[in-house]
Amino acid sequence: MSEPVLSVRNLRVEFATRRGILRAIDDVSFDIARGEVLGVVGESGAGKSVTGSAIIGLIEPPGRIAGGEILLHGKRIDNLPPEEMRRIRGRKIAMIFQDPLTSLNPLYRVGEQLIETIRTHTDLSPRAARDRAIELLSEVGIPAPEKRIDGYPHEFSGGMRQRVVIALALSAEPDFIVADEPTTALDVSVQAQIIALIKRLCHERGTAVMLVTHDMGVIAETADRVAVMYAGRVAEIGPVRDVVKHPLHPYAKGLMGAIPTLEAEAERLTQIPGSMPRLTRIPPGCAFNPRCERVFDRCRVEKPEPIAPDAATSARENLMPGHLVACHLYAAKAGGTP
Amino acid sequence: MLAFVIRRILQSIAVMVSVALIAFIMFRFVGDPVNQMVGVDTPQAEVERLRASLGLNDPTLVQFGRFLWNALHFNFGVSYQFRLPVTQLLAERAPATLELAFTAALFALLVGVVMGVYCALRRDSWLARVFQAVSLIGVSLPTFLIGILLIYLFAVILGWLPSNGRGEVVKFGNWWTTGFLTLSGLKALVLPAITLGLFQMTLIMRLVRAEMMEVMRTDYIKFAKARGLRTRAIHFGHALKNTLIPVITIAGLQLGSIIAFAIITETVFNWPGMGLLFLKAVQNVDIPIMAAYLMLIGFLFVTINLLVDLAYGFVDPRLRVAMRT
Repeated sequence: MSEPVLSVRNLRVEFATRRGILRAIDDVSFDIARGEVLGVVGESGAGKSVTGSAIIGLIEPPGRIAGGEILLHGKRIDNLPPEEMRRIRGRKIAMIFQDPLTSLNPLYRVGEQLIETIRTHTDLSPRAARDRAIELLSEVGIPAPEKRIDGYPHEFSGGMRQRVVIALALSAEPDFIVADEPTTALDVSVQAQIIALIKRLCHERGTAVMLVTHDMGVIAETADRVAVMYAGRVAEIGPVRDVVKHPLHPYAKGLMGAIPTLEAEAERLTQIPGSMPRLTRIPPGCAFNPRCERVFDRCRVEKPEPIAPDAATSARENLMPGHLVACHLYAAKAGGTP
Repeated sequence: MLAFVIRRILQSIAVMVSVALIAFIMFRFVGDPVNQMVGVDTPQAEVERLRASLGLNDPTLVQFGRFLWNALHFNFGVSYQFRLPVTQLLAERAPATLELAFTAALFALLVGVVMGVYCALRRDSWLARVFQAVSLIGVSLPTFLIGILLIYLFAVILGWLPSNGRGEVVKFGNWWTTGFLTLSGLKALVLPAITLGLFQMTLIMRLVRAEMMEVMRTDYIKFAKARGLRTRAIHFGHALKNTLIPVITIAGLQLGSIIAFAIITETVFNWPGMGLLFLKAVQNVDIPIMAAYLMLIGFLFVTINLLVDLAYGFVDPRLRVAMRT
C-alpha cells in the first residue's frame, strides 16, 4: 500500500470544563489511503464528529488536541499556525456537514459562495471561477446549473442543497474529505443518491473520504474499511465486509445485531443493554466493560489496545489482514476463551 | 411584493388615524380652547359666535374629520403662545432637531457596530471588557445626567466645546438652516450628539455583540471555515451581513426614538429644536403645538417602521419570497 493520504496517530482531544477535563477522543489511530472510504460508526457522543473536526483543525475552545499527531501526506498538520492550516482547509482537506439546510449562508447566492471558495484557493479570474462553479454544479447533478447558480440556498430542496454543499467541498479538489453524517438530515430516497454521488466523485478523483455516520447500511454500501468507535476510542477497525459479517468486539457484535434485516424478520432485534457512559465517568479498563456480556477481570483494570486478533480466531473467522480489535478476548494469551 | 407594500401602507394609515384621534381628543380634554382665546370680560354672545366660527358646535365626528383634513394639509392651527402658525414654528426648528438626530444616529450606528463586532470577535480581550463595562454605564445613566457631565467636563473644565446653542448656522435654501458648514456649528453638535446617541450606541453595541456571537456559532460559519475562507471574509462578509439584519430593525426604530427623545437633550443643551419647542408648549399648555408634535412623531415612527420592513426584504432574500405570497 502506498503512503496514506491521512494518518491519525494516538490522537487525544480534551475539553476543559468546570468539572474537570473531559477526554472526548482517547488514543485514536487510523490511516486512510488514496481513494479509500473509511466509515466511522458509533453512538452519538462516541467521538466521531470530534475526530473529524480535529482533522480539519476546527476544534473550538475549550476543546483542544491534547496529544498525538495528524499527518497529511506524511507531514504533520495538527500543530500548524492558523494561517497555514486555513490554506489547507478546503484546498487539501474539505468537510461536509450533516445539515444542508444550515450549512449554506442564507444571504449569499449559491454561485457567490462557490466562486468565493474557488477564488480563495486558486488564481482563477471571476469569469473563470464562475465557469468552474457551473461545471461543479453540473458535476454534482444539479439541473440547469447556469440558471441555478444565481439562486439562493432557500430556493433549493434539501437534497439539492446537499449537492451544493458537496460542490463547495470539492471546489478546490481536496485530497481528503470528512463527511460528517452527510445524509442524516435527508429523506431516505435522497440519501442513496447523495451517497452514490460522494462515492462516484471521490472515486473519479482518488479523493480519500472519512464517512462519519451511524447508519450501518450506508457504511456497508460505501466504505472500504470501517472503524467502530465507542466512548472516544476505536473499538474495532478493519475491512468493511469483515467487520460487518464477522464483528469481533462485543460492542461491534451488538451494533451489527441491531441492524434490521428482511431475512430475519421473525427474530427480535438484539439490543445492547445500558447506554454509553458519559465522558465524565468512563470506567477504568475497557470503557465497554459495564455493558459487556463477556466481561472478565482484566477488562476492569487494563485498557485494551487495538491488536490483531489471535491466530486461532483469524483462521476460524477467515479474517483479512488489517483487522484490529481493542478487546482482551482476542489477545494471544487471552484470559478468557472467545 | 407590491401587495405586501400596499398592505403595510394601509396599516400605517390606520395607525396614523389613531394617532390623530388621540391628538384630537387632547383638545377636548384640556378644556375649551375658546376659554383660552377670549378674555374674562368677553360677552357671552361673542364667545358663542367665536365657538360657531371655529366649528366647535358641529358633531364630534365632523370636527375630527376637519382636524384630519387640516392635518393632511399641514395645518395645525395657530400657537397660543406665539400667535404664529404651528407648522411654521415646527418647520423653523426641524432642521436643528433633524441634524442633531442624524448625527447622533450616525454616531450610535458607526461606533456601536464597530464596538459590537470587536467585542464579539475578541470576546476575552481587556478592551472588550472595558467596552462592556462602558456600555453598562451608557444603558443605565439617564440622558440628562450624561449631558450635564459632558458639559461639565468638556465645556466647563476643559473649555474645548460650547455648552449650549447651535453655534453659527448657514441658511440653506428657503427654510433649512445647517450647522454642518461652520466650525462653531460642528463643535456645538459634538456634545449633544454624543449625549443623545450614547444610549442607542450601547444598545446597538450589545445587540451586535450578541447577534454576532450567535451567528459565529452557526453551521454556515463553520462550513465557511472548513472551506478555508479567509478570516476577514468570514467575519466581515458572512457573519456581519447576517448579524446586521436584526440590527437594521432596531437601529431604524431607534432613529424614531432619537428624534422623539431629543426633547431632553435639547433642553439640557438649550438646542433650538422641536423638542425644546414642545417642552415650552407643555409648560404653557399650548395644545396646537403639542398635537402637531404628537402627529409628527407618530408619522416618523410609522414611516420608519415601514421603511425598515421594506429594507428587510431588500437585505434578506428569504423574505422577498414571503412577501410575494
